[in-house]
Amino acid sequence: MNLAVIGAGPAGLAAALAAADRGIRVRLVDSAAQPGGQFYRQPPHAFGARRPQELHHQWRAWQRLRDGLARHVEAGRITHLAEHHVWFVERQLEPSGFTVHALLGPEQAEPATVRADAVLIATGGYEKVLPFPGWTLPGVVTAGGAQAMLKGGLVLPGRTAVVAGTGPLLMPVAVGLAAAGADVAALVESAGPKGFARHAVTFAAHPAKLAEGASYAAELLRHRVPLLPHHTVVEAHGKDRVEAVTVAALDPAGRVEAGTERRIPCDTLAVGHGMLPHTDIAEALGCRIVGPGVAVDAEQRTDVPGVWAAGESTGIGGAALSLAEGHIAGRSAAARLRGREPDPRSWAAAAKSRTKARQFAAAVEAVYAPPAHWAELLRDDTLVCRCEEVPASAVREAVDELGATDARSVKLLTRAGMGWCQGRMCAAAVDGLTGCEATSARRPFARPVPLGVLARSGEDEPDLGPPG
Amino acid sequence: MDLVRARPGPAYTVTFDGRELPALPGQTVAAALWSAGVAAWRTTRGGGEPRGVFCGIGVCFDCLVTVNGRPNQRACLVPAAPGDEIRSQDGTGRSDTGEVR
Ligand SMILES: Cc1cc2nc3c(=O)[nH]c(=O)nc-3n(C[C@H](O)[C@H](O)[C@H](O)COP(=O)(O)OP(=O)(O)OC[C@H]3O[C@@H](n4cnc5c(N)ncnc54)[C@H](O)[C@@H]3O)c2cc1C
Ligand code: FES
Repeated sequence: MNLAVIGAGPAGLAAALAAADRGIRVRLVDSAAQPGGQFYRQPPHAFGARRPQELHHQWRAWQRLRDGLARHVEAGRITHLAEHHVWFVERQLEPSGFTVHALLGPEQAEPATVRADAVLIATGGYEKVLPFPGWTLPGVVTAGGAQAMLKGGLVLPGRTAVVAGTGPLLMPVAVGLAAAGADVAALVESAGPKGFARHAVTFAAHPAKLAEGASYAAELLRHRVPLLPHHTVVEAHGKDRVEAVTVAALDPAGRVEAGTERRIPCDTLAVGHGMLPHTDIAEALGCRIVGPGVAVDAEQRTDVPGVWAAGESTGIGGAALSLAEGHIAGRSAAARLRGREPDPRSWAAAAKSRTKARQFAAAVEAVYAPPAHWAELLRDDTLVCRCEEVPASAVREAVDELGATDARSVKLLTRAGMGWCQGRMCAAAVDGLTGCEATSARRPFARPVPLGVLARSGEDEPDLGPPG
Repeated sequence: MDLVRARPGPAYTVTFDGRELPALPGQTVAAALWSAGVAAWRTTRGGGEPRGVFCGIGVCFDCLVTVNGRPNQRACLVPAAPGDEIRSQDGTGRSDTGEVR
């Protein structure tokens, strides 16, 4: 019996280890060259980094995952298929099972397939960024992207950075950039202290998380990073790259307070407004989606038999929640692949930390929200869709004059979301401007696929994994 | 690099629009360009606006670049290699890659 785990971040690693510990053969399929996902992103071996932990938190948890993976790979229980970009998972009924279709290597031109009896989706999420004038200038990067280039490439985007937006990711990003030698001119967070006060009871129930937050705050202080709570970015300025940003205070209703604008010179703006789950593979399999994430039961099973999901693909909640969900999913899959009913008491500790982490995530989500009136800052010529270069005026016209009431009609009328990234970067903004709830995008494939690969995909391709 | 006490192998050379740039083993094309102070290497199809890295993890397709004659490669994912010829690109790149979405 074998299990394909897609994604080698905290969730996928925890799941693969839990299943392999119970004698299941696991193929761990991941697009990155090295395991770790976003949280434990590693510099390439060729860098010979002797102290990569300097850029990381919770290094000991990573060591346990890394060593466990190495042990199972050595014993032949886990096959780690790195640089495999999964674009589609196909479900077979006769004989039952799954075929995972991937593209190999960074150029993603050669196909590979992996057969499995069950699939566990742990593809994580990506960052949400809402548009503002100047957000397409070079030097404006996502906060997570700045972090990823730093952890994985040991490069800084520039010398002087402003970190802005909302969400718990901004603090580690600001600390990471400052520690690596950038001058972080400001951390601009649109959430205000009032939100924290309202959820004080929930936060107080998570002393470890509070301590983590406090340690980031101390680090910011040590690096002399000025913190501007209840502020937002109004505009990024520059011609060929960002040269300055204008930030302003927010009033209690979430509107820019006139007269509070100030201009901060910088060559980098790292910006983020929270995260969105990767759900494409699950959607193509027909799994139910609730809100932005894949719906799962108490065992982390989706509603499609044989398909589990864990980590941020099911909803955003951080690395600790991803670890707990992955552990439970891996144990459940191991039992069920052997035809046994799993005993939830055996993962009681993980279930408890999952419950706590989900409560915490809900409070975090309530506190960190983009400014209520962010859309008013968009000028008519501000691009909403970066790929297809659709300006805000076109989206507004589709809604106000052409009568579009949902993101799908806006897409058909304006081409927003039809470009390379398939709306991953603009969907949240289009939803916001249209005034509708976020809906699932229903992308046919998780990645762009060369036509030649598609044409051949019906034929028998060599199965790259070892016999399961 | 100092912070994590990296000891990368010796630098090698790539070219960017004909200009020689140093790169380190293990770096992606985007990391090599950033290290050389290059922030933009593409102009958009409609407005001719400059673009470089945005998401950093292969999701946004803003960082497209031509590497050794192959257009539309995501610079944030593709590792650089000695002697690589990296070219900035206009619009959709200079040839059709036959990709579908
Ligand atoms: C760019 C970025 C940087 C972040 N940095 C931090 C940070 O510094 N600190 C912090 O606390 N949190 C950070 N986060 C939040 C982080 O996502 C979570 O805390 C945690 O990593 C989630 O774990 P996960 O296992 O669910 O997913 P991830 O860690 O995201 O792992 C998902 C894995 O799946 C792989 N994958 C995705 N799609 C496919 C596919 N189609 N085919 C094959 N493989 C695929 C990815 O390569 C990745 O390895 C970051 C998020 C992002 C997007
Ligand atoms: S920067 Fe987004 S795909 Fe490379």
